[in-house]
Amino acid sequence: MTTEMQNEAEIFRGTTTGLTEFKDTRSVRGTPKAGMPAFVLGEELAEIAKTDPRIVVATADLASANRTNDFRDVHPERFFNFGIAEKNMITAAAGMAACGLIPYVATFASFSAILGAEQIRTDCAYPKQPVRIVGTHSGMSMGFYGTSHHALEDLGILRVIADLTVICATDANHLRAILRESIDFPGAMYIRLGRGRDPVVYEEIPDLEIGKAIRLREGTDLTFITTGSQVRASLDASDALRKEGISVRVVDMHTISPLDHNEIIAAAAETNAIITIEEHNITGGLGSAVSEVLLNCRRLPFLKHGVPDKYVEVGPPAALYASYRLDTPGIIEVTKEFLAAHQ
Amino acid sequence: MSNPPKTSLADLEERAKFVRTETVRLSRIAGAGHYSSTFSCAEILAALYYSQMRIDPQNPNWEDRDRFIMSKGHAAIGLYPVLADLGYFDPAELETYTRLGSKFGDHPDMKKVTGLDFSSGSLGHGLSVGVGMALAGRTNKRDYRTYVMLGDGELAEGQIWEAVMAGGHFQLGHLVILLDRNSLSIDGHTEDIMRIEPIHHRLASFGWDVQRVDGHDLTAVLDAFSNLPDAPDGKPQAIVFDTIKGRGVKRMEMSLDWHVGNLVGEDYDEVMAELEAGLQPYEAEPEL
Repeated sequence: MTTEMQNEAEIFRGTTTGLTEFKDTRSVRGTPKAGMPAFVLGEELAEIAKTDPRIVVATADLASANRTNDFRDVHPERFFNFGIAEKNMITAAAGMAACGLIPYVATFASFSAILGAEQIRTDCAYPKQPVRIVGTHSGMSMGFYGTSHHALEDLGILRVIADLTVICATDANHLRAILRESIDFPGAMYIRLGRGRDPVVYEEIPDLEIGKAIRLREGTDLTFITTGSQVRASLDASDALRKEGISVRVVDMHTISPLDHNEIIAAAAETNAIITIEEHNITGGLGSAVSEVLLNCRRLPFLKHGVPDKYVEVGPPAALYASYRLDTPGIIEVTKEFLAAHQ
Repeated sequence: MSNPPKTSLADLEERAKFVRTETVRLSRIAGAGHYSSTFSCAEILAALYYSQMRIDPQNPNWEDRDRFIMSKGHAAIGLYPVLADLGYFDPAELETYTRLGSKFGDHPDMKKVTGLDFSSGSLGHGLSVGVGMALAGRTNKRDYRTYVMLGDGELAEGQIWEAVMAGGHFQLGHLVILLDRNSLSIDGHTEDIMRIEPIHHRLASFGWDVQRVDGHDLTAVLDAFSNLPDAPDGKPQAIVFDTIKGRGVKRMEMSLDWHVGNLVGEDYDEVMAELEAGLQPYEAEPEL
């Protein structure tokens, strides 16, 4: 196996729950479907589209990387590959939506949310068109592909856009729930996904209400408010801390905009501290959104945990999560430091 | 509903004049207006809305209607009066133009203006919207056409060329570029700012059928429309309309000074009188 092949395989290994040893003993050609179990995007939409002729799907030369080819294989007449032209794709989707279709357009988050930000605002959100922009491989999940392929700013950029729903998928079942709820949800929507390797949080498809957080653990000492790729690691950290006598509430704040103020206010009232945990620049994302709400709550210890406001190093994803303490051991460590500082 | 009854040339001339005089009148309400970019496309707009497009103003959301996207959104000031005149809304509403809370801004909002098929303002986006609408027509098995009015300055936007490529790739035969080739953008002649010629060859090389006609000659404009193919699949269509920026008001013709302006007092009266007299032969300023 060449080093290149090894690297290609390795990028899809390891999660926020810890490093995984590289074990492949044969070459890997392309990106196998089995390598991205959380990418049920194409599959779920294909199923929905069997009874809903409004559903169309588009991508920008990444049909295999984001598994929209699962939709293409079932509904080729309702699948559009725009080539590497994200701006055209997003705006064209708005044109489709204005003619009664419900387009799901998927590409890497760095190119949908950052390159296409103006098209999302001007052509989708402002005219209230039901375009669903799916940003896959968000955060630093592209690992050693580097900053050009990271999206650690997308939540900050998009949550300030009016009439745009911003939501993060946690795992495959959560994504299915989001897709089902999104069909007739008014206006434009940005759906943030990880890299398809996201560990399971929801064993079944959850009851999901867009804009309403899901409380996954009760707790009294402090609350983790987290989202997307960080939910599993936060849960595992919570469980480990509980064994040490620290009771941690865990909230999956999947919808970043509109934000569930009530859940934040409840955490401030009922627990003694809050840590936000996100795979995003600590400036502008979930932590910033939560802090805006906390200004009107009782004063309590608060920490934004995420990626520092600088460009991250190159490395395999799992190594990056460990390095930035966004894996389970890292979250435990950060929490203990935080609690010690506020004893 | 089929195509609207063909309007006479004389009537279309009056409609084009109406586009210009309303632009001058509404600009005075705003205290500023995009005169010259609207004057250059007055004949195209008149021929399109009063003769060519399959529309029903009493049924603005009719799914089989032809679509129009004013990609050069700053010319919306010339489109609003046409929509009002056709009956999409009460012309009296135009008196609020650009005032606080008005439906009518300098750039048009589809959620506020009945009859407007899409919002615009950020140059370079409109053709992509048209690509989407044309693809939706194919998906929904409807045979409407989608017309996109492009300015020539906005051809410097990369997204335009993404959409030009997509139009050819997807063989969107019912997608029609109406290029208002008035040769001037804000800072100067397009060929000095960012060269676009030979634009007809460039479009053709991307797989478009291209016609090139005088955009102020109503007969030529109508002929170009009548040449559009009926089949929805096939080469996308482009009509390059050679026009004169500011056409109809001598002081504005091919002037860089009137992209935005404000006419008041005697100037306003003079310009209105000049427009009422109808188009005079264009005389280019002698090169000094």
